[in-house]
Amino acid sequence: MKKIALIISALSIITFTNCKKDPSEPSNNNNNNNSNTATTGKLILTFEAMFGDSALVLNNKTYVTANGDSVKISTFKYYISNITLTKTDNSTYTVPESYYLVNHNSSSTVSFTLNNIPVGQYKAIKMLIGVDSARNVSGAQTGALDPANGMFWSWSTGYIMLKLEGTSPQSGSASKSFFYHIGGFSGTNNVLKWITPSFNSATANVSGSMTPEIHFKTDISEIFKTPNTINLATTYNVTTPGLMAKMIADNYADMITVEHIHN
Amino acid sequence: MKQQVAYILLITVLFTQCKVDPEIKPALPADDIRVVVPEGWPRPHYNFENNPLTKEGFILGRSLFYEPALSRDNTISCGDCHQHFVAFANAGHSLSHGVNGQLGNRNAPPLFNLTWHPYFMWDGGINHIEVQPLAPITNPVEMDETMENVIAKLKNKSNYRKMFKDAFGDDSITTQRIFRALAQFMGSMYSYQSKYDMVKKGKATFSAAEQRGYNLFVQKCAICHKEPLMTDFSFKNNGLSVNPALQDSGRMRITGNPNDRNKFKVPSLRNVALTSPYMHDGRFETLEQVLDHYRFGIVQSPTLDTLLQNGIPMSDQEKQDLIQFLYTLTDYEFIYDKKFDNPNR
Repeated sequence: MKKIALIISALSIITFTNCKKDPSEPSNNNNNNNSNTATTGKLILTFEAMFGDSALVLNNKTYVTANGDSVKISTFKYYISNITLTKTDNSTYTVPESYYLVNHNSSSTVSFTLNNIPVGQYKAIKMLIGVDSARNVSGAQTGALDPANGMFWSWSTGYIMLKLEGTSPQSGSASKSFFYHIGGFSGTNNVLKWITPSFNSATANVSGSMTPEIHFKTDISEIFKTPNTINLATTYNVTTPGLMAKMIADNYADMITVEHIHN
Repeated sequence: MKQQVAYILLITVLFTQCKVDPEIKPALPADDIRVVVPEGWPRPHYNFENNPLTKEGFILGRSLFYEPALSRDNTISCGDCHQHFVAFANAGHSLSHGVNGQLGNRNAPPLFNLTWHPYFMWDGGINHIEVQPLAPITNPVEMDETMENVIAKLKNKSNYRKMFKDAFGDDSITTQRIFRALAQFMGSMYSYQSKYDMVKKGKATFSAAEQRGYNLFVQKCAICHKEPLMTDFSFKNNGLSVNPALQDSGRMRITGNPNDRNKFKVPSLRNVALTSPYMHDGRFETLEQVLDHYRFGIVQSPTLDTLLQNGIPMSDQEKQDLIQFLYTLTDYEFIYDKKFDNPNR
């Protein structure tokens, strides 16, 4: 009898809990930023995938690498993280929790908005291609870093910093495909690349009323050249940390440049 | 007739009780779910800092651990290859079966005291308890599923939304929450109440044979199988021949370093009497076979551990004593603790 009473009371608790209102309901938030008094604004970063001078077209367009290999690209994504902005007065602002997966598989152009950026004129940006080592050793993450995003190795913990896949008649693989899953965050396998693409004397002017946009070009052809010319006959499957991954990362360290800045 | 009716009633009552919410049965006192650091043990590697251990988190983790929806065809749960009655090893399986009867390439290790592990798997490839389950869930020869599908399936199961809400404050189901709940359940698998532990605390005494075995253990085994966890978590080549069908290079698969060829993580000897078969490929069925390997079976190779160059010589009597000692490492409190059982069975 006691047990039944317990069950009934437990069940009623469950029922009541189910009836509770969702606490995360949107509240009526009148957060109108007055442009005269605003201390923060927004900044948009846009990445456009290119192959040399041509905008990336997935799957159907053939491009030629520095080695003379013909390639079609089917997958191209990479992490951008740890963004720091520098104002014209040399003060800096580091965007907290800045982890973005730039996924060119949805569109050749990918944009994201940085919120709560202090108002001011910015002349430089610093960011990481990849995910810092700390987040590679901190367990299950969320958002862009969710292991479900397909940019995380399950058998040997760590993020895939950059993923490039496609086909090439010159590929040494039987299926004429190639897979570059570039990762490695520690010791000699570290492929993390800090980059500071130049604004070419331009500035991004963040204010309460203006949301500037920095438009980057990400040039896939750079992944295949300088300093290491990649030969697809021999280098078609790089899916573990190590020497080859490091060589490819050395190549892509200069793949991102600023095309222009809208103010 | 009357009796028959009574039986039917009784059976109905029993069946009805079986359907009760898993939270109620088996009873689970909240204070039973807590972080444990036995006296004299090192600080755990994982301390639930960002994932506070709660009864609700444990219950959700337990449901997920026994949830076949984690596999592609909904046939296999974590608990199928990690069975409580053998300290969460896989009884009688040298290699484990995945979906569609596929065979894995490693022996499923037992699960306990996981919060002390700096890395997981025989090759140490996984660096964190929270992301460990991703490996078996996504491995094509194990559960062969994606986290995306797992989340979709759990959302369609009525009881999970409530369990996620109870555990994490709202009912959204995410990879991080799945992994953290599993970490709460598996991280709570503490094994520290074996006879050996009682002897160390002065609450029990070894038999003469067990004591001789312990002395031998300290002398010949304890460098790698370091007390009190009974492993130093290092990677060693312990002189096993390479299984030609598996060609498993062990730690080298992760580091790419030829010096790591054929090295595997030193397993804990706790509950070792229950966790047959032994070694990374489950090649030995008995402790006798394991000890005979160290006595007579060491295969020389460039990465063989220096301590094993000449094997571990011991007499037949010493071997028997050692086995007697190894039996004292079985933790019946852990094996019979009902809170780790599948609540739906």
